Amino acid sequence: MPHRPLAALLAVLLAVALAACGGGDDAATPATSSAAVETTEASAFPVTVEADNGSLTLEEQPDAIISLSPTATESLFAIGAGEQVIAVDDQSNFPPEAPMTELSGFEPNAEAIAGYEPDLVVFATEPGDLGSALETLGVTALQLDAAPALEVAYEQIEQLGLATGHQAEAETLVDGMRSQVDELVAGADPSAGLSFYYELDDTFYSVTSKTFIGQLFELLGLENIADAAGGGSGGYPQLSAEYIIESDPDLIFLADTKCCGQSRETVSGRPGWDQIAAVSDGGVVSLDDDVASRWGPRVVDLLLEIATAAGAVEAEAA
Amino acid sequence: MSTLVSSGSPRSRATLIGVAVLIAAILAGLLIGPVRIGAANVFRWLVSFGGTPAGMSEQEASILAELRLPRVIVAGLVGASLAASGAAYQAVFRNPLADPYLLGAAAGAGLGATIAVGYGPAGAIDVTVPIAAFVGALVGVGLAYGLGRSSLGGRAGTSLVLAGVAVASFLTAVQTFLQQQRSETLRQVYTWILGRLGTTGWDDVWLALPSVALAVTTLWIVRRLLDVIEVGDVEAQSLGLNVTRLRLVVVLAASLATAAAVAVAGLIGFVGIIVPHTVRLLVGGSYRSVLPLSVLFGASFLIIVDVLARTVVAPAEIPIGVITALVGAPFFLVVLRRNRRAT
Repeated sequence: MPHRPLAALLAVLLAVALAACGGGDDAATPATSSAAVETTEASAFPVTVEADNGSLTLEEQPDAIISLSPTATESLFAIGAGEQVIAVDDQSNFPPEAPMTELSGFEPNAEAIAGYEPDLVVFATEPGDLGSALETLGVTALQLDAAPALEVAYEQIEQLGLATGHQAEAETLVDGMRSQVDELVAGADPSAGLSFYYELDDTFYSVTSKTFIGQLFELLGLENIADAAGGGSGGYPQLSAEYIIESDPDLIFLADTKCCGQSRETVSGRPGWDQIAAVSDGGVVSLDDDVASRWGPRVVDLLLEIATAAGAVEAEAA
Repeated sequence: MSTLVSSGSPRSRATLIGVAVLIAAILAGLLIGPVRIGAANVFRWLVSFGGTPAGMSEQEASILAELRLPRVIVAGLVGASLAASGAAYQAVFRNPLADPYLLGAAAGAGLGATIAVGYGPAGAIDVTVPIAAFVGALVGVGLAYGLGRSSLGGRAGTSLVLAGVAVASFLTAVQTFLQQQRSETLRQVYTWILGRLGTTGWDDVWLALPSVALAVTTLWIVRRLLDVIEVGDVEAQSLGLNVTRLRLVVVLAASLATAAAVAVAGLIGFVGIIVPHTVRLLVGGSYRSVLPLSVLFGASFLIIVDVLARTVVAPAEIPIGVITALVGAPFFLVVLRRNRRAT
């Protein structure tokens, strides 16, 4: 909190200074963008990238990247841009070789970020106005918000490839992800009609099929018990315990194993939960909170884990 | 001040109404929920003392016995604690805006919960958070009382309130700092602060019951003295009352009840102020009526609010702390207006 007013103040001061100097050179570039996007050469800079904070032009290949988004960190390393990354935020714990620092993606401090002298900063949604604060400090900042759908997640990886000069690797990665997803979807049996409860925390917050994570389950034809509670909750309703018990889901996915220390044991110890099929028949699946809350390359691993668990419960029933 | 109330019969009538309302609230709490369980089944279950009567599924019996009943009991205990503590604080501090969190109980509990979530063992949060919140609330009030007691001489009540405000700000600042250090725990702490009756079980009943019983009984016993202290420290002293000791007893009892309430339910605002004032508007100002009725109506109010919390957007839930004010504020304004018209 204390950093944001400072960042905002800096942004205002610098914006005023630039305006006074008669700047405005950033408005001229979009015309050249379409040509740049079609180039497949890694060294084809300048490039124009489409991000959630607008079109951004990079004059040359960045070699001092800071990632404040754990998802972007995973993607950068997966497309071979890891060598160009000089610092990542305190939540970017994967891959292990990522240079984790004290920088925060939740409460970003523009001055601390600028201190690393980056030539590209990648960040996800944050409450302040980091993008323009960094722009006014002369740092290109790329905002990649939480993806609402799998297609957007692919798109973000491709944009990162473009921005870092690893377009070919990014495309290969995305193609691989697509075919793995297709394979898993083809292997799923929606006619089994399995239902599931997805747990975000130990107060029974869940996700509906409208959310990114909910769509993964929908792809596999699994029935989400939280959909009945979807209205007005923004896709993340808090469910009643008695409703979960009555719904009697075949599968329970725990995305709160790290945050809240939940496990098959803690779930079966909850009052009344021994009545649920998933609990009595071994359908409780512990997920990695981190993988389950990111929309990067490991989303395929998550889908595989879900499909495997569903397959096991189906086999049990058959 | 209250010749009408002390005549005896209207007071017992009010108590009778309070008991009736509480029984109705408890029944509503057992009957109404996102899962439809027929009224006949609920009554048969009640008569069988928690068994599984014929014609009722094991699932329904389990929902009643392990979810709804403990939830109704905890909501009642929490509501009674907050309302009784609020009423007692309003008397000993002679401040109509005094609520149970006045002396730093909320801030201390919040800090305790934050430490437990951010720095405690991840696997044992269900156990550590309530205990840390309980201890935190008592530490908060202890600091405020220790620091505020000695100063200002005759205006001891004011000095305690000021110390409470200072301690609360300090503890909240520490909590915010710790949350910044552990930003991944923000959501969990926030969920806890909004109230968490959604996960209530018998554990919570056993955790809260001893403190609440002890504290509410204590406040019940001293209720006549609250009328005396409300007149003024000097006046009460000249009538032979040990003001300092009474204030200490009330602060101890109210903190114990509040700490237990916070530990099992998170922070629930508004109940401690609105319930006692509603009771005052209905039956007059004497604590001989206000305290017992605050206990009864506080319990009923929170049980009803919890029924709303789990049914309005069923099968989703609304945090109970949101509804207390959403429902309580308009209700209180209606009582306030009607009362003004009547006099």
